[in-house]
Amino acid sequence: MTPRLSPAAVPYVLLSPFVVLFLVFGVFPLCFSFYLAFQSWEPTAGLSAMKFVGLDNFAFAITDEWFWKSLKNTVWLAMVSGIPQHLVAIPLAYFIHTSFKRSRNMVIGAYFLPYITSTVAIAMMFSTLFSTDYGLINQALLAMHQLPGLAWITPAQPVDWLGQAENVKPAISLVVFWRYVGFNTVLYLAALQTIPADIYEAATMDGAGRWQQFWFITLPSLQPMIYFGVTLSVVGGLQLFEEPFILTGGRGGTDQSGMTTAMYMYRTAFEFNDFGGASALSWLLFVFVALLTWLTNRAFKPRGPSA
Amino acid sequence: MSSATSAPSQLAPRAAYAMVALGAVVMLLPFYFMFVFASHSRTEIFNLPPPLFFGDSFMANMEILTTKIPFWRSLGWSLYVGLASTALTLLFCSMGGYAFAMFDFRFKQPLFTLVMGTMLLPSFLGMIPSFMIMDAFGWIDQPRALYIPGAASAFGIFMMRQFITSAIPRELIEAARMDGCGELGIYWRIVVPLLKPAMGTLGLITFIASWNNFIGPLIVMRSPEMYTLPLALRSMQSPVNTEWGAVMAGSAIATLPLLVLFAISSRRLIDGLTAGAVK
Repeated sequence: MTPRLSPAAVPYVLLSPFVVLFLVFGVFPLCFSFYLAFQSWEPTAGLSAMKFVGLDNFAFAITDEWFWKSLKNTVWLAMVSGIPQHLVAIPLAYFIHTSFKRSRNMVIGAYFLPYITSTVAIAMMFSTLFSTDYGLINQALLAMHQLPGLAWITPAQPVDWLGQAENVKPAISLVVFWRYVGFNTVLYLAALQTIPADIYEAATMDGAGRWQQFWFITLPSLQPMIYFGVTLSVVGGLQLFEEPFILTGGRGGTDQSGMTTAMYMYRTAFEFNDFGGASALSWLLFVFVALLTWLTNRAFKPRGPSA
Repeated sequence: MSSATSAPSQLAPRAAYAMVALGAVVMLLPFYFMFVFASHSRTEIFNLPPPLFFGDSFMANMEILTTKIPFWRSLGWSLYVGLASTALTLLFCSMGGYAFAMFDFRFKQPLFTLVMGTMLLPSFLGMIPSFMIMDAFGWIDQPRALYIPGAASAFGIFMMRQFITSAIPRELIEAARMDGCGELGIYWRIVVPLLKPAMGTLGLITFIASWNNFIGPLIVMRSPEMYTLPLALRSMQSPVNTEWGAVMAGSAIATLPLLVLFAISSRRLIDGLTAGAVK
């Protein structure tokens, strides 16, 4: 006869995998990373070679030109890839919500698909599309340049997307935008479905046009989701790693113009073998992400009627 | 008279329809060209004009791909890690979700807050020490380093809890307990079968995440014969002379299973992936 588990013990048994994995792969790395940030250590030298250096790693980071450059790149990329996602996703979701019936799921699927595919495969694909002399993106732009009316916004010469410093970030942003715009659209679609239809009916009876309804009913109702979606974009955008990593071949591109802070942290650890410095970088980035999340919170969080 | 006023208002929606449709096509174009380029040699891809339709160099590209990297082996590892990760995640998350949904116990609230809190922790913070732990465990180049650490994910536990709360009545569990069914039996024979729809969704999401995972293997898989697909594809990339046809063939094969999964379960996947936001 097997001993029976008492019901009181059951929840603890059920949650034990979470607790064990969380302690070993969650809490411990976090604490250790904090400890490492105050050490000087090269992994090849063995654990005994670890040396306490106080705030040296942090002092080095904040005087390091590459750190500031990477931070600037990260913020630039998060903004330029993030803001357009929402500016496109909100009207797109509204239009799909109001005007699509039968082909609705197909359209949503097409916009959402990039989100579930491998970043590496995608970034490899875009590397060929961005090719200067033969890439399809330049070919399309040059063809558009021939059209009347489009000449002034399209380049006359092929653009060196991934080779020239000032073009690397726009190219990365385009890929990030393409990958996440559908995800945000689906978020806004879900929020739109929760707005009761009779509000619109009442507004129509009061003579409010489509634009007025969008401006005075839809947008205010979407505010909680805008807050949530923008927070996700800020937090995700500031951790950007894979897209720039592949598109710049892991090296950050000309003049490090495509190197994000997460990438710089990875390179500090695994390319330059400085684990202490990399840990310090990761905490600086963490503080920065927390700060910007707090700012987003203040800017977008829906306020109660009293506030 | 009425046609004069309705013409512009009809034109606007039409232009909007056209833009949304054009946008959808643009979203899909990179996938189309991935498959087109997979069937062209490198010199054909870098040609003027670039190829717009399928060619016949797919087998030649596969030849290059399989001689340059152990492609099929990498595909096998991706599949193995994906399946192991899915199985383990379903087990641990259904257990955790069941505990939070159906039991009252001390520390329930703080534990649940903790689970939710782990979702907020940025993954890059643990990157370096995780590598050191894997090194200390001797897990470098071991697939288990990829499927064990994340198996009790907060996302999965939360999703299971929500589903159990809404779909399984507490009375059912109590009745089974009265009838003398053991606790393990209740979980395995009552909860798990009822959880199947939610498990399907979580399983799909877990498999896809594992299949696409790049940073994880980048840190722990150090030898080329242990590379998963994303790492293997990236190892083909070089500053000069990248075999783009072969890379596209590999990318196309890596993307194909995802397209198939998406085609048969897009509704479910989209709902599942955005469930956390909608609640």
